[in-house]
Amino acid sequence: MKFLCVECDQQMTFGERQLPGDGTLAATFKCPKCGRVVAMLTNPMETQLVSSLGVEIGGRTVPAQPLETVRKMVATGRDDAFDETAGRPDGRTALVWSTDAQERLGRVPSFVRGMVKRIYADYARERGIAEITPAVMDTARAELGLEGM
Amino acid sequence: MRTYHDLNDADRSGLPLQIAAQRRQVAERLAAVGQIVAVMSGKGGVGKSYVTAHLARALARAGRPTGVLDADLNGPTIPGLLGVSSARLTVDGTHVQPAIGSDGVKCISMGHLLDDGAPLAFKGPSAESFVWRGAMEASALREFLGDVEWGKLDTLLLDLPPGMQRYIELCDILSEPPAVLTVTIPTVESRDAVRRAMRAALERGSRLLGVVENMVGPQFKGTAGKDLAAEFEIPLLTQVPWHPTPDTWSALGARL
Repeated sequence: MKFLCVECDQQMTFGERQLPGDGTLAATFKCPKCGRVVAMLTNPMETQLVSSLGVEIGGRTVPAQPLETVRKMVATGRDDAFDETAGRPDGRTALVWSTDAQERLGRVPSFVRGMVKRIYADYARERGIAEITPAVMDTARAELGLEGM
Repeated sequence: MRTYHDLNDADRSGLPLQIAAQRRQVAERLAAVGQIVAVMSGKGGVGKSYVTAHLARALARAGRPTGVLDADLNGPTIPGLLGVSSARLTVDGTHVQPAIGSDGVKCISMGHLLDDGAPLAFKGPSAESFVWRGAMEASALREFLGDVEWGKLDTLLLDLPPGMQRYIELCDILSEPPAVLTVTIPTVESRDAVRRAMRAALERGSRLLGVVENMVGPQFKGTAGKDLAAEFEIPLLTQVPWHPTPDTWSALGARL
């Protein structure tokens, strides 16, 4: 898409892109002649439609990672789908689950197991914890209010 | 007021260029693949995935390196059929290594990425998700084709879900329409559904390799395989009984 400053009859130039985190997108464009800046604001559905094509408004600044769309956008993905020893394309810290922690996770009902696993994994990563043990799970439960998980 | 094509400066987002780059990557990744074959039927429950997995194994056993892309994103079964349900994928720089299944068949599937038993769900606004979900699935399919290191393959089999949508997406992503192997069961209902799919494939420019008639035995009445082969003037490659042997699949592989 292109933006035209009608008053100056000049094509506006791309300024910056912002992703506020609420599913919306903001991109600014500036008229090189008069300096007027406008912002294009997309709603979550419009933003999602662009994201689903695996493209970026404003152009790509870094090359796409392997399976980028799948890894970023699948909500029900396995946390251990990729071999951690080879390095994750998203740069996240590798995690190890102790045997006891795996057994405990196995007792969580299967229909919520994935979600529970991600909660513990996110908790550990945010705190730089490399191995999830039952003790870590207990701490996470207390801190996050996850009684019963 | 000037319109889009009146403005000479480049479109900074360059979305068409980004799309073109994606397609170029797919073409480059598949450059060493001898033939790409879509296994389809337009009908559910006829055994496409079963045929795909066993055909792939037969080809691999015959010394023909083979890969399977499980294009059934919402009901992936290939990992189970190739014995790699719990395989983890390895990221290696700019690409992902496929899982290596039975008889050395390379495969990639959404089943490798989803939580056990979880349906495929995408992040994003739930309202009006029909607007973007199809594009998201097409992107996943493109990434399976273009981001997986398939390497040198004799054959890449694409296991399609029922219906025609995924086939149409494939035609848009690949540089040319894939060859098509159709699977039917003997019944009239299957024949009529598969016929529509075959016509659509022909209209898109795919080459029809032949028909596989699956689940042949006293349980189903009909001559769908023979009828379709005659109508489209293509071979009835094999009639798969309810309890096929490895020889059944080897014979089919030899005809591809």
